[in-house]
Amino acid sequence: MEQTIPEVIRTIPLQHYIFFASALFAIGVLGVLTRRNAIIIFMCVELMLNAVNVLLAAFSAYRADPNGQVFVFFIMAVAAAEVAVGLGIIVMIYRNIQNTDVNLLDRLKW
Amino acid sequence: MAEQAPLAVFTGSPLLYILIPLLPFLGFLINGLLNRRLSGTVAGLIGSATVLGSFLISVYLFTTFQYPYVVHLFDWISVGSLSIPFAYQIDQLSLIMLLLVTGVGFLIHVYSIGYMHHDENVGKFFAFLNLFVFSMLVLVMGANFVILFIGWEGVGLCSYLLIGFWNQNTNYNNAAKKAFIINRIGDLGFLLGIFLIYFTFDSVQYGEVFQKASQMQIGAGVVTAITLLLFVGAMGKSAQLPLYTWLPDAMAGPTPVSALIHAATMVTAGIYMVLRSNVLYTLSPDTLEVVAWIGAITALFAATIGIAQNDIKKVLAYSTVSQLGYMFLALGVMGYSSSLFHVLTHAFFKALMFLGAGSVIHAMSNEQDIRRMGGLRKALPITFLTFLIGCLAISGIPPFSGFFSKDEILAHAYEHNKVLWGIGLLTAFLTAFYMFRLLFLTFFGEFRGTEEQKHHLHESPASMTLPLIILAILAAVGGFMNATLFLGKGYLADFLAPLFNYSRQLSPEAFGAEIDHATEYMLIGFSVAAGVLGIVLAYVLYVARRSRPAEENQPRGFFENLVYNKYYVDELYNALFVRPSMFLSRGLHDGVEKRVVDGSVNGLGRLVMGSSQLLRNLQTGRVETYLLLMVIGIVVVLALNFIHF
Repeated sequence: MEQTIPEVIRTIPLQHYIFFASALFAIGVLGVLTRRNAIIIFMCVELMLNAVNVLLAAFSAYRADPNGQVFVFFIMAVAAAEVAVGLGIIVMIYRNIQNTDVNLLDRLKW
Repeated sequence: MAEQAPLAVFTGSPLLYILIPLLPFLGFLINGLLNRRLSGTVAGLIGSATVLGSFLISVYLFTTFQYPYVVHLFDWISVGSLSIPFAYQIDQLSLIMLLLVTGVGFLIHVYSIGYMHHDENVGKFFAFLNLFVFSMLVLVMGANFVILFIGWEGVGLCSYLLIGFWNQNTNYNNAAKKAFIINRIGDLGFLLGIFLIYFTFDSVQYGEVFQKASQMQIGAGVVTAITLLLFVGAMGKSAQLPLYTWLPDAMAGPTPVSALIHAATMVTAGIYMVLRSNVLYTLSPDTLEVVAWIGAITALFAATIGIAQNDIKKVLAYSTVSQLGYMFLALGVMGYSSSLFHVLTHAFFKALMFLGAGSVIHAMSNEQDIRRMGGLRKALPITFLTFLIGCLAISGIPPFSGFFSKDEILAHAYEHNKVLWGIGLLTAFLTAFYMFRLLFLTFFGEFRGTEEQKHHLHESPASMTLPLIILAILAAVGGFMNATLFLGKGYLADFLAPLFNYSRQLSPEAFGAEIDHATEYMLIGFSVAAGVLGIVLAYVLYVARRSRPAEENQPRGFFENLVYNKYYVDELYNALFVRPSMFLSRGLHDGVEKRVVDGSVNGLGRLVMGSSQLLRNLQTGRVETYLLLMVIGIVVVLALNFIHF
């Protein structure tokens, strides 16, 4: 099992990937929580998504199991579709309120 | 009399028997569902045709009748030892009642076509009328007490619907409610009676119950209880003291309804029921005594009220109560077949008089006060003649039908108890007096209404006068079906005799006694004299002396006032029952309902509102808050995950 992992990957330890992915994810979460611009929030969501992708790819490589990487491709495809839909929604929001500030969207509040 | 064989069971196709009640029910469905889409005349024709169909089938059954039998339709309730089949009993009693209900019913349906012509809800009217006929047919055909009860409640409902037919008028609605509620009181007794019958005889089917009852000893306590309870039901339905007050108020309904339901058919249901269970009543002489006295007192009481009433329909209503009292008097002195005889003749002449009154009201543009009438003889000749026949019949003038039936009842009463006979005789005198008072005030003398009414006076259309004429013929000659005096033989009594086999077995002396001819002629002399005296007195007062009933604001003597106000019975009931129960309901409404029930329900609502007021602060409407809460949630879940595992 160990032999099948390429040298170039092994030069970076798995922990680094985990730290990197966690940092990326945390940045994404913080961005979502603190920013008010819908587009930025959206980008932060993408960041979280990609943090997970990196982690999946890393584990996949370290375990020499291609399933994880295949899964990443699926996630990317779905994410692409989601982006299309999400941006479409944001465009519609902009058309309606001339803004993308999510705090203005509180009409459903009691 | 030999042991009576149990009732035969009919094995052929029951279609014919189902059709009898089903035809009017079909009419009800058609008229009810297509209410506004049918024109009044079409609705009336459908309604009349269905009843005519039932009548023809009944005639066919009557002519082919040989021995009583039960038509079993299906097992209806079957639980443990309780088994109630849905079955019809075809025997002498139900056949006579079938002919009466469908025959008179048909005539009144035809009459209604003309009478209700101007009404906008003719379809609804005929639907209710058909539903009534259906219920009444179920009542008289049922082969056990439960089916009888279904019909009993059905006719009560229709009575309510039809009294309140003109429901825009609050007084009419109140009259309808009064009828319904007072009938409920009677029904409770009736229902308890049925329970007790089941408890005692382990069956509710006529055949079984009566056969078992015929083995009992006269005077058994439980039978007295049963019969008294059943009689409470009969008091309600047949308007006897003290439950009679609804019937005069029931005149709020259209006049054909008063004729059909509140004179000819429904109110005789109580008598039918007592006749049906005559074995039980024969077993309990105490109950019979109660029945006879209540009947006699009601007859006299209502007759005295009838003297002073000025509403043409109210007079007839009190007369009906009084005549029903007569029928119960006959039942109480074990003149069972005489009672049914009087039911029949009364149906003819009272339906006739109600329809005649309807014709008068129709001509007078809805005026019902006889003080505003007078001299209608010339304008309404057919109505006058037929009404006169009705009056002669009810006054017991020979050879009209009422003479024979009334005479029979008085003869039975005389044999039983002279005091009862005296009351009956006095009632007969009063009856003749108030009926002819009504006739003279309405049809003789000068017209006392407005010019406009006078101008509008007209004889009713043929659809109304034809039933009047037919009923007048029946009222005139109907007595001969049991004219023992003239024909030496009572066809009706002979026909009905098998019904009372058990009773005859139990108490032969009550049936065997033959009055000797001298007494009979004396009794006839007395009753005819009473009738003639009443008529003469009415003639002297209202034609010769031209006296008129006092107007509302004129002073009256003490007794006159008492009678005019119906002995203040309504006021008494109001004070005794209505007010206290209203007081109680108001107390419960203000105290229990408003405070306790509403308080707890509203309190619960307020509790939910208050707590959600707190909770909804969480819902800020800001995306960040939601997201933050979501992240916190995820973190907590993860943390918990680590702690536990």
